[in-house]
Amino acid sequence: MRGISVEFPGVKALSDVDFRLLPGEVHALMGENGAGKSTLIKALTGVHSPTTGVIHLSGERVTFTAPGQAQAAGISTVYQEVNLCTNLSVAENIMLGREPRRLGGIDGRATRAEAAGLLARIGLTIDPASILASHPIAVQQLVAIARALAVEAQVLVLDEPTSSLDAEEVEELFRIMRVLRAEGVAILFVSHFLDQVYEIADRMTVLRNGALIGEYLPAELSRIELVSAMLGRELGTLHEVQRRSDARHPRAEPVLVASGLGRTGAIEPFDLDIRAGEVVGLAGLLGSGRTELARLLFGADRADTGTLTVNGQSGRPRGPRSAIAQGIAFCSEDRKAEGVVADLTVRDNLVLAMQAARGWARPVPRRTAEAVVAEYIEKLDIRPADPEAIMSTLSGGNQQKVLLARWLITRPRLLILDEPTRGIDVGAKAQIQKVVADLAAEGMAVLFISAELEEVVRVSDRVVVLRDRRKVAELTGDDVSVDHVMSVFAAPHAHTGAVAS
Amino acid sequence: MMRSRLLWPLVALAALLVLNVAVTPSFLELRIQDGHLFGSTVDILRNGAPTVLIAVGMTLVVATRGIDLSVGAVAAIAGSIACTYIAGGGSAVTAVLLALSVCVLLGLWNGFLVSVLGIQPIIATLVLMTAGRGGAMLLTEGQIITVKSSLYREIGAGFLILPIAILISLAVLVAVALLTRRTALGMLIEAVGVNPMASRLAGVHSRTIIWTVYVFAALCAGVAGLMISSNVSAADANNAGLWIEMDAILAVVIGGTSLAGGRYSLAGTLLGALVIQTLTTTVYTIGVPANVTLVFKALVVIAVCLLQSPRTAQLLQKRRKSPRSTSRSPEVAAG
Repeated sequence: MRGISVEFPGVKALSDVDFRLLPGEVHALMGENGAGKSTLIKALTGVHSPTTGVIHLSGERVTFTAPGQAQAAGISTVYQEVNLCTNLSVAENIMLGREPRRLGGIDGRATRAEAAGLLARIGLTIDPASILASHPIAVQQLVAIARALAVEAQVLVLDEPTSSLDAEEVEELFRIMRVLRAEGVAILFVSHFLDQVYEIADRMTVLRNGALIGEYLPAELSRIELVSAMLGRELGTLHEVQRRSDARHPRAEPVLVASGLGRTGAIEPFDLDIRAGEVVGLAGLLGSGRTELARLLFGADRADTGTLTVNGQSGRPRGPRSAIAQGIAFCSEDRKAEGVVADLTVRDNLVLAMQAARGWARPVPRRTAEAVVAEYIEKLDIRPADPEAIMSTLSGGNQQKVLLARWLITRPRLLILDEPTRGIDVGAKAQIQKVVADLAAEGMAVLFISAELEEVVRVSDRVVVLRDRRKVAELTGDDVSVDHVMSVFAAPHAHTGAVAS
Repeated sequence: MMRSRLLWPLVALAALLVLNVAVTPSFLELRIQDGHLFGSTVDILRNGAPTVLIAVGMTLVVATRGIDLSVGAVAAIAGSIACTYIAGGGSAVTAVLLALSVCVLLGLWNGFLVSVLGIQPIIATLVLMTAGRGGAMLLTEGQIITVKSSLYREIGAGFLILPIAILISLAVLVAVALLTRRTALGMLIEAVGVNPMASRLAGVHSRTIIWTVYVFAALCAGVAGLMISSNVSAADANNAGLWIEMDAILAVVIGGTSLAGGRYSLAGTLLGALVIQTLTTTVYTIGVPANVTLVFKALVVIAVCLLQSPRTAQLLQKRRKSPRSTSRSPEVAAG
């Protein structure tokens, strides 16, 4: 791709970018949110037509005006958010549009057989006839990759494929990528996880603000250099969030005490207390019950057993409204389905929870709304800085910041953040971590959930470890370290005694 | 965005008016007789008053990603109850109150099915659409019940310079606009329509909001039913409000509110209802045979909907090859 520019009315999303992708290599495309990674990919895959520039594929000049053409030419894409039909079966999703036919209809048996072959190729053992929605997001992501393989792809584009996978699944994915690389497939890989990029990539290209910064070999660019190339600034903000095990107020009254709270099939009964000014991390592999625990505390799902004491009032959580009234806020991991109200403006999204708490009859006064919206757009650096922008036009990281702001303006006593930094860039991630630290310093209690152990360890005062839908350990003080948490994951029996501590 | 969506319905309305003037030069004439305003346009407004009213209720239902097919049946029930009661010697005021209370109950039933039991709105309201008209038939014993109450007649046929029916519909429209836009109700309704799950987790009383819009829609349908039956001083369980749910849904769609829920426009709905009503009248004045009226109506509706669709707009823009920056919102790269 040479001299690629993509322009939208009023926005130059990509200007004069060169990019090359060789057969049999994994090429990482790096950059912050809004750097132009997705736009470049969309130009390559025919979703957007470049305003200027040319694309050569295997030496021949090509022009794609629709995604179908790019696919036919051997460019397959797996997008960041799973783009599959969750109501269809796994096999139907994999073979969608390419089903084997028989007697003028779809040959269901051949479809399943072929899909099973592709699943086997990527080492996934699930029933091809099962409905996609019955599988966790991580598995759906792997199904999307199997779908991409169903066309004989010369070029495979993986846009943030790992953001919802746990370590083991990432390894699995990398194994598949290596196999494909050996077969001569050119793989374009986008990820926010630097470790993964250094592990798998043969070459990296960095974009910033729609412009090309450079092409590098991983060996010649250190991580710090890479991050500063992506951010275009010194790493001050990254270092601001230090491990903060000291300077806490452990004597503070608990904001929330859960005793024996549990829900069949979701999480076994657990005890938990969170104090004012404390950040409690929740660590666990995918499927260990992290989200389920958070949803019980908030009342998003009903608990079968146990009680929750908030501000001295005990009882079974009744639902989101009563949780909010008690000062609990919950930022869901599933931004698209459970957070963003896509067709409304940034302002409406931001004031939604505050408005819901006030009731419909008492609208947030326009002046107040404008003031808080302007304040948080500046504080969290939400871009574009336009309260009237439609939420769906914002990038993932900026949507996440709006959702965070939605809860912050309700001034909760306990903030539950479920994967607040998933799929967002290094800069926004550091910003959110810093906000969490500041909130705790102001006396808010925070429950912080993340699949990234380093992150949990860095922001938390105390870490609760979950395994197989059960609370297995609670680490405090010097025990809070990545190694320690990992050893709890690995050797669950040795640590079950720590629950009492 | 909304403004450009209202452009084509406005053009359609203007075109219909021009057509009418061409056929009947006196079409736009207004005269005052006995302190009442008369004229073809006033007739259109008066006949359209029930549609406008029902469409207002429908707009809110559609904004929550729902639909209410039962409004025509509810209108028939309201008229039947009121006329049966008056025919039995009751007072007009009590009759109206009685009819509207029953409509509230019917709305509660619809809302219960949709918001509590989670039945899909189209199915939930289909129940009352079919059963409701049957109920009205039972009530009137299959007869057309005529009444002689001058007070009752005022609702549909009375005048306060303008026909009272128009005044009622406009008053409700303005009241709803103020109620939803001056408070946060409109925003919460839209939020529930766009993403019910996210709204629930943000603490929005989704269930109550959805329940309420169905009650309101039924109440609007009830008042409209009273207008229809009062206009002719009779209750016709079979034909009162027949197909009016379709007119109301069309009015909402022509007005630019998406059936997928979310953003709604009451001004658009009013415009849509006027287009539909003017069309109905036009069909008669230009002498289209009554039995093909519906076909003619469908043609105009499909034309307006086509012109409104974003894809058609894009095609038209490409044809024109105008270099002016389009109204398409800039997409922000989600890197």
